[in-house]
Amino acid sequence: MSDFIWPSEEGGSKRLDAQDRAIVLATQAGLPLVSDPWGAVGEQVNMSGEEVLARMQAMLERGVIRRIAAVPNHYRLGYVANGMTVWDVADVDVERLGREIAAIEGVSHCYQRPRHRPHWPYNLFAMLHGRTREDVERQAQVLRACLGEACHGHRILYSSRILKKTGLRLATANPQTASTETDAQG
Amino acid sequence: MNTLELDVDDRAIVNRLQDGLPLVPHPYASVAAELGLSEAELIERLVRLRDTGVLSRFGPMYHAERLGGGLTLAALVVPEADYERVAEILDGFPEVAHNYRREHQLNMWFVLATETAERIPEVVAELEAATGLAVFNMPKEREFHVRLHLAV
Repeated sequence: MSDFIWPSEEGGSKRLDAQDRAIVLATQAGLPLVSDPWGAVGEQVNMSGEEVLARMQAMLERGVIRRIAAVPNHYRLGYVANGMTVWDVADVDVERLGREIAAIEGVSHCYQRPRHRPHWPYNLFAMLHGRTREDVERQAQVLRACLGEACHGHRILYSSRILKKTGLRLATANPQTASTETDAQG
Repeated sequence: MNTLELDVDDRAIVNRLQDGLPLVPHPYASVAAELGLSEAELIERLVRLRDTGVLSRFGPMYHAERLGGGLTLAALVVPEADYERVAEILDGFPEVAHNYRREHQLNMWFVLATETAERIPEVVAELEAATGLAVFNMPKEREFHVRLHLAV
């Protein structure tokens, strides 16, 4: 997996200069679908296309941009069962096992999060997506087998209603939050 | 347009572009060549996929914390009689980016996104004051994988 990001690494790349910020603002709703998208963004932010491309490459290398990609609408592609699986995993094993289950096909997001006992004993979260709940349950069985004796319990929480989904776009002069990849928490 | 109306080229595009656009001078031409399409056809299909909602978005995925922002997942135990009222309160907070009902004692789950990391605890306190409920804040402690890929 190339997407491991450890807490200790966070915060090292927070400082974006004014040009980077302008690019983030200009692209947070999406990248233009034209032959030269970098030039099209450049026109909006008074930079050459070459400079936009170089800055976006640098932001990609620093992990400020995860990637430039198509984000499918789960439901429109038939993935109507979106299960947040949550696992109570022994603290000493959670780092190793988190890495292992994150590598299993079908896991889109995987995080360690704090428990809130007694209401919430689960410390490992993995999002699964299927065309049916049975698909999700089959995938969850694979995760369960991988976690073995270190797992003391688990649940699958399906989203039964979308109450709000605005995305993470903030059109402000200080674009510190933008479209990010928390979408599949749904 | 539903899934069944995606032809083989649409599917190839959706599958290929979830993995990321190359950062090269003419990126759509480059992907089009891989898929055996013309650049114009790829762009035309992408516009259609986006405008019809098959794609909810096409563009850079930013890492919120690395932009200096705050991001957390949180949940509430909402009494059924209060559910709509509490949902409306959360709807009024611009920092609440997504909110879902889930079937559990913790029955309302939402993502908070703030301009600065310092704002998260402030917004949590504001939500507790507005709803009268305790917020179960579950910020990520470790990230193992973030990569949504839905094959079609």
